[in-house]
Amino acid sequence: MIVPRTSYVEATARRRVEAVLDHDSFWEFLPPEERVTSPHLSQLDLPVAFDDGVVVGGGTVQGRRVLLAAQEGAFMGGAVGEVHGAKLTGLFARAVDERPDAVVLLLESGGVRLHEANAGLIAVSEIIRALLAARGRGIRVLAVIGGGVGCFGGMGIVARCCDAVIMLEEGRLGMSGPEVIEMAGGVEELDSRDKALVWRTFGGKHRYLLGDCEYLVEDDVAAIRESIHQALEAASGFELEQLEAEHALLEKRLRELAHLHDAIDMWRALGLPDPDTLPMLDLARFTPIAHRARSFWKGEG
Amino acid sequence: MERRSWREVADQLFRGGHRIEARGAFLSGSATVDGTAISVVGTTDHATIDAEMALRIASAILRVVREAPGRPILILVDTNGPSLRHRDELLGINTYMAHLAKCVEMARRFGHHIVSLIYDRALSGGFIASGMMADLCFALPQAEIRVMNIRAMAQVTKIARERLERLSRSSPVLAPGAENYFKMGAVDEIWSGDIGAHLAAALRQAVGPDQRASRGLERGGRHLAGPVAQKVRWYGRDRTIPATCDRQG
Amino acid sequence: MVGWAVSAASTFSSLVKTTMEHLEFTFPGRRAATGRKHAVLVGVVGSGNLEVLLEPKPLGGACQIVVKTAVAGFGEIWQAVLEDFCRRHGLGDLLVSINDLGATPAVVALRLDQAVHELEGSGP
Repeated sequence: MIVPRTSYVEATARRRVEAVLDHDSFWEFLPPEERVTSPHLSQLDLPVAFDDGVVVGGGTVQGRRVLLAAQEGAFMGGAVGEVHGAKLTGLFARAVDERPDAVVLLLESGGVRLHEANAGLIAVSEIIRALLAARGRGIRVLAVIGGGVGCFGGMGIVARCCDAVIMLEEGRLGMSGPEVIEMAGGVEELDSRDKALVWRTFGGKHRYLLGDCEYLVEDDVAAIRESIHQALEAASGFELEQLEAEHALLEKRLRELAHLHDAIDMWRALGLPDPDTLPMLDLARFTPIAHRARSFWKGEG
Repeated sequence: MERRSWREVADQLFRGGHRIEARGAFLSGSATVDGTAISVVGTTDHATIDAEMALRIASAILRVVREAPGRPILILVDTNGPSLRHRDELLGINTYMAHLAKCVEMARRFGHHIVSLIYDRALSGGFIASGMMADLCFALPQAEIRVMNIRAMAQVTKIARERLERLSRSSPVLAPGAENYFKMGAVDEIWSGDIGAHLAAALRQAVGPDQRASRGLERGGRHLAGPVAQKVRWYGRDRTIPATCDRQG
Repeated sequence: MVGWAVSAASTFSSLVKTTMEHLEFTFPGRRAATGRKHAVLVGVVGSGNLEVLLEPKPLGGACQIVVKTAVAGFGEIWQAVLEDFCRRHGLGDLLVSINDLGATPAVVALRLDQAVHELEGSGP
């Protein structure tokens, strides 16, 4: 029997929440009928969403208690405004009180919502502070990245503040998106219409090879649930020794790769065979090769 | 108001002298305030924060945590924002920024009092992982703090510039400036006069968890951030029956 | 700090050429709306799409519909689509709240039907 896959990428934030959590286990905090919408968008005479583009609540994944948030990429590119950000910040405060097995973030965001400029920037900063404070209190935080918008701007920082990142092959993670890079430096710096280039710069495979995500999965809700389960079992923590190890790794990354100008050159420098074929490989064939890169980072030097 | 170089600012902050050095746009060193040694890190020349710069600041903070337990840290902010280069994205600049934020958080956990001062420019992503991570954040009156200027914002949002400017007069949300960030709670105080005395007072100030949302509410610049976070924190917790059953009843 | 928000924001704004329009309708219902949930939301406020929030409430048997749309000037079409929806389902004591970003009548009807299915428990 072939069990059809449930696509995560194509689902809305609400559908993702339902699909990732155990059946009927979701309980939403500040649900849409509370109508906590953005006053700043209203003031600009722009449409609002009843949940301001983010769903927050609690539930279970394979029986483990989680608090969870999902950003809606279709509403203003998942961008963070005052209300949207405060919902995420409040979720971390709640996590410190309730001590769930994890906080799971289903991220899809362009970063700060420009229509709420200062409020959005401060909101992202408050998310980062609340997230790290929760981690300091022993709360595990996981990020899942997939979806058309990707995870950029301040939310790209938020993702990397988590204990683990689960990325879909189709996911994209970075700071400034391809259009912003092109706007700032011209088409010579980055051609945002060059899909292959954009993908190998921001995409799941490159992030996995660099160690920016711990799990790389197919666009399948069951695979994401399984990764969350694994991440819940994995060793984790936020202590000085771990931060110093990360520091050494990031120094090594600069030493080995900072002089290179394309992902393919970087993959070659990591000792991977036929680097230009990697974008075409399916995950079953890619993963064993990617393990070499993972051991490269673990090695001496 | 005159812009002041980092040297002028440092000379005014530390009348008794300091040992802060610039290497390129990176600042680091130490100084004494009220007889207490403090560490100083930061940037100058409207530094662009690339992967290397983020890691350099992180290194300096980790060194303080290792070598000078409990010593207060002052972060001097002057940045044009994150590097917008393809190579920095390839290297995962967001990971370097997150690492820097984690290092500041770790210093806090180890009991270091962390204060930041925006003495010139603070553009969005350039200070979110450093200055905005501090326990207390201060600004000089001429500090330029912003996500984007109104002209660029008008271009991107396709909202008329005149309209944005008009709205900026009544709301601190859109327009750049230290005063707006003060109203919204992200800047604790704007320092004028004897900035050395302000710093000494800031280092004596007790600090707790992130107070920015409640300050924004008190000052009338941000009405929803605090209350919405509190609502999410407490939503439905007074109920005695299991939440999921209640929702489906 | 500003990643894809730039492109998303500009796509979003280019659709919003007019000011927001606020419309309200009340239709008679034949039966009171009930469901296993006390509210459901379907759809998203993305371009060419809308979100529909259904809440069963005592409204004297009527179906009350509140529309906020980014595309002004289509009041008569809304009237027709919503009237048809109410005729087909006959739900009363129901508050329907809509945030619209330029959805076509077909999409509006589809989302309304989805929402009813979800409210009444026969949906996905």
